[in-house]
Order: sequence, then structure tokens, then C-alpha cells
Amino acid sequence: MTEKDLPALSIADLQSLLRRREVSAREVINALRERIEAVDGEIGAYLFLDIDAAAKEAEKANVDLPLGGVPIAIKDIINVMGQPCTCGSKILQGYHAAYDATVIKKLRAAGAIPFGKTNLDEFAMGSSTENSAMKLTRNPWDLSRVPGGSSGGSAAAVAADTAFGALGSDTGGSVRQPAALSGVVGLKPTYGRVSRFGLVAFASSLDQIGPLTKTVRDAALIMNAIAGYDPQDSTALNEAVPDYTANLGSDLRGIRMGLPREYMIEGADPEVKAAIDAAVKQMNSLGAEIVDVSLPHTDYAVAVYYILATAEASANLARFDGVRYGYRAENPRDMLDLYGRTRELGLGPEVKRRIILGTYVLSSGYYDAYYLRAQKVRELIRQDFAKAFEKVDALISPTSPVPAFKLGERTADPLQMYLADIFTIAANLAGICGISVPCGFAQVDGHRLPIGLQLLGKPLDEARIFQIAHAYEQSTDWHKARPPITQSAQKT
Amino acid sequence: MAANSDLDVGYVARLARINLSEAEAKAFQKQLDDVLKYVEKLREADVSKVEAASHALPIFNVFREDTSQDWFSAEQALSNAPRKANDLFIVPKVVE
Repeated sequence: MTEKDLPALSIADLQSLLRRREVSAREVINALRERIEAVDGEIGAYLFLDIDAAAKEAEKANVDLPLGGVPIAIKDIINVMGQPCTCGSKILQGYHAAYDATVIKKLRAAGAIPFGKTNLDEFAMGSSTENSAMKLTRNPWDLSRVPGGSSGGSAAAVAADTAFGALGSDTGGSVRQPAALSGVVGLKPTYGRVSRFGLVAFASSLDQIGPLTKTVRDAALIMNAIAGYDPQDSTALNEAVPDYTANLGSDLRGIRMGLPREYMIEGADPEVKAAIDAAVKQMNSLGAEIVDVSLPHTDYAVAVYYILATAEASANLARFDGVRYGYRAENPRDMLDLYGRTRELGLGPEVKRRIILGTYVLSSGYYDAYYLRAQKVRELIRQDFAKAFEKVDALISPTSPVPAFKLGERTADPLQMYLADIFTIAANLAGICGISVPCGFAQVDGHRLPIGLQLLGKPLDEARIFQIAHAYEQSTDWHKARPPITQSAQKT
Repeated sequence: MAANSDLDVGYVARLARINLSEAEAKAFQKQLDDVLKYVEKLREADVSKVEAASHALPIFNVFREDTSQDWFSAEQALSNAPRKANDLFIVPKVVE
């Protein structure tokens, strides 16, 4: 093992080396720095790096802690003290976090080193990371394609071996979908499982922070560190946190898995469909029983989501008004001029569209027709899942109906971009947990494009979907595949 | 919900305190009309037997002891202010 090989390691393998004192945390940071310098110019995953500070932290790292000496990348919508937090927006220009988010405090307590902030769609609104006001992030498997979004920087960094693991946030699929499109593992925990204190709010009834990693075990290790109650987030669940690695290695005998018939949609890519079919057979051969289930209100999920999420966003983003932090328009005549021009110049088009839509659906005369009705259909969707989970332990679907699409392919039509989230959105509406794991490749224009399998679990049943995902992952080689860009970096 | 929706982008943008260029307002009108047309499908759902869900889990009020806790100093709270003076945020005059 040379220093050049270190960045390709999983967190679990890296920890073995660190704990046997075969490498030092300092060497790990140096290897990561070299890898980032070699490939991030092409990928564009990072918005901010402080490797020197990370190297100093590495000097005093206690590698026997749960994540001791492990560098973790952070989506640039989570506050890390002293670092910028742009949310991919011009409106937070110049802002530096004055405190650590709870997840950052917990990562630090577990010995991890937050060393850099990753690119995202502005305020996490998007499915391709193209809505970032900062820069483009490219898919490591094909640089002409999107990494997915909104946590596209985190997904691309893990895929390109420029992060051992990363945090993202998932409001409608923003961890799982980029994980699928970039060929890594991504978990959306149960609503309330992970504190959101210090996560800049997009849609407060849907947002959840989750890990993106190379393996299922690594995601479980990060969850062990970040899950749990927090008095500073009134929606954090006061429930005990199990050891998420405890069930890893168990087989699938006795597990019942449901195939929602509504998820067999037309328009899904044939190679995606074939990969999911093969994964279902594989899980069946590992002992899982596969049954058909129905989620009858699936077709409403995207519509419900874009009413509720925009309504909540219109309220949450009112705080970006140029008064207390970030960008302020020059020479305002009065307060209305200050607000109006600050938000005109500071916010990007997708964010403006969603604030306007959200303001409209909450406005007098339209509230009942849109917002209230959407909340009721949300309850029907939640009940669909509750009924399905009476019969099965987990549900199986594709994470995304298509592999990574081309940069620019969908930006002109917001509605088409919204439909990219069709399989992931319902889990946020229902508050349940979900994970995406690599399950194959599509061959497109001479490139291998990753495909993701989504497993959805009951509320607080993360340990179960980790167990299933791990058993599947370990029976395949998909998670061992690395994108071409990582090989060229190793040779140099 | 009318055919091209009742949404007046210019009016709602003013409510949301966002100035829009004419070109932007025109583009958003078309795009958001499409989205509102798409969400009309919710009218088909039978919601007569359900209560509205503001979020998915059965947690409601969360209480804590009403005690003071350490938080930002004025200096920290103002550390990102675009304009500040005398421990205050400075904004244009509001009251004549």
C-alpha cells in the first residue's frame, strides 16, 4: 500500500490501517490533498477546502475513536464553524459560520475531520447540481454528465476518491439520487433521526441529513456518529440509537421485500429496469422473499412535494433579505428596495421560482386548493407505506428512472427536472428511511454510467435496510468499480 | 384553478419581496403555469376521509425548561452583518 492508494480505501479499511499504526492521519490528509489536486479541477466537487487546518487536526487525531482521523466532506449547506457556508448561492457571499451544526459537533466528537465543503444546487433545490451559483460539478464516470443533485458535490467527491465519506441533505432525494447517478451509497435517515440544527433549512418537514459513502458499512459508521436526539432541533426524535453495524453480515433469510407495482413506470430506462430485475433475483437467491405490494397514491407524490416543499421554502428563505448576513444590494432607497434588489441579484432562477410558487400556494384564496389538499394527500401517501410495511420489511425500486443525464439537458424545463425525483420523493413525504446502493451500469456513448437500487424501510428501521443493502452489496462487485478518472490519478 | 392558472407572477413576486426583470417574469409565468397544471392532478384524489399531515411523525409539542443558555454574543451575532454600528444592524430608515 502506497500513499497514492490510500484515497481509494473505504472508511472501514482506512481505520484498520490507522489503528494498526500502518499509516498516520497526517499521511491520510496528505494523500487526500494530492488526489484532490489531481482530479478536482476536472470534477469540481469542492467549493471550499482547508487542508492545512485539517492537517493540524490530523496531528492530534485519536485514531481509536469511532471515526478517528477520518476526513469527511460536508455539503455546503451545513454550518462548520469559521468556514463559509454558501448554500451554492450568491446571497450568502462573505458569510462565515459562527457555530458548528450538531452533526459537525458529533463528527468531531467521533474523531472525524471536516476538511472541505461540497457543491450543491442552490439551497439544495435541484437534481443535477447545475443550479449552483458557484460552479459546475461533473460526474466522475462521464465528465459531460451531471453527478445528480442536490448533494452532487458530495456524491462526486466520494465517487472520485476525493473524500472517504461525505454528508449531504435529502429533502426529496438529494442524497439518494446523486449517490445513484455517481455510483456510491447514500442514506436518507428517518425524519427526525439526525438533528438538523445548523443545516440551512429548505423544507423543514422534509429535510434530513444523511451520509454518502463507498460502502454500506461506511454509511452505518457515519450514522453511528451523527444519529440521535438534540434539544436544539424540536423535530429530533428522542429514541435510542442502535449500533448500525450490528446486523451487517446477516443473510436475508426471513426477510420479506416488497416490489411496489406503481414503481414499474413507463419511461424508465431499460438498462435501469434490467439492473433492478437482476438485483431482485439476487436478493431472492440470498434468501429474501419477494412479494408484490401496492402504493396506490404514488402518482400524486411529485405534485404534493412541489406544493409543500415550495411553501415551506418560501417561509424559510424569507430570512435571506440582506439585513443580517451575506449579500446586500448597494445604495438601497428604502427597506423594500433593499429586500427586492438583494433577492433579485442574490438568488438564482430556480430558487426564485420556488419562492414564488410557495408564496402563491399559501396565499389567501388558494391555500385550501393547494396547500391543505396537498397535506391531505401526503397523509394518504404515508398511509400507503404504513400498510405496505405491515406485509414487508422493506421496499425495492430504482433510485432514479434514468442514469446520469447530460449537463444542460434538462435545465430549460423545470417540470422535467422535478420528475427525476419520482422514486425518491415519497420517502420524504412519508418520513421513512431509504438507501441507494450501486446495482449495475448502463452503457451509454462508450461510458459506464452507474445505476442505483433504492431500499425503503420503516421509520427508525435504518438497521434493517443497512443489513439488506450490505448483504446485497457484498454479494456483488458493483461497489468495487471505480470511475476511469481515479485510475488516471493513480498512475500519475 | 383556471386553464392557465390564476397565478400572477409579478404580483406574487412583490409579495415575496423579489424584484424581477420583465424577461424573468415572463419565463417564470410560463414555467409555473406548467407546474400548476401538473399539480391539478391532486383534485382527483379522494381526501374526504383524511386529516391534513403537517409532517409525517407523531411528535407534537416539545418542551424544555425555561432557563437561559449561552449563545451568541452581540459581536458574534453581528459578525456577518453587511452593515453594523454600535452593536446594531444598520438598515435604511424605516420610519420618517
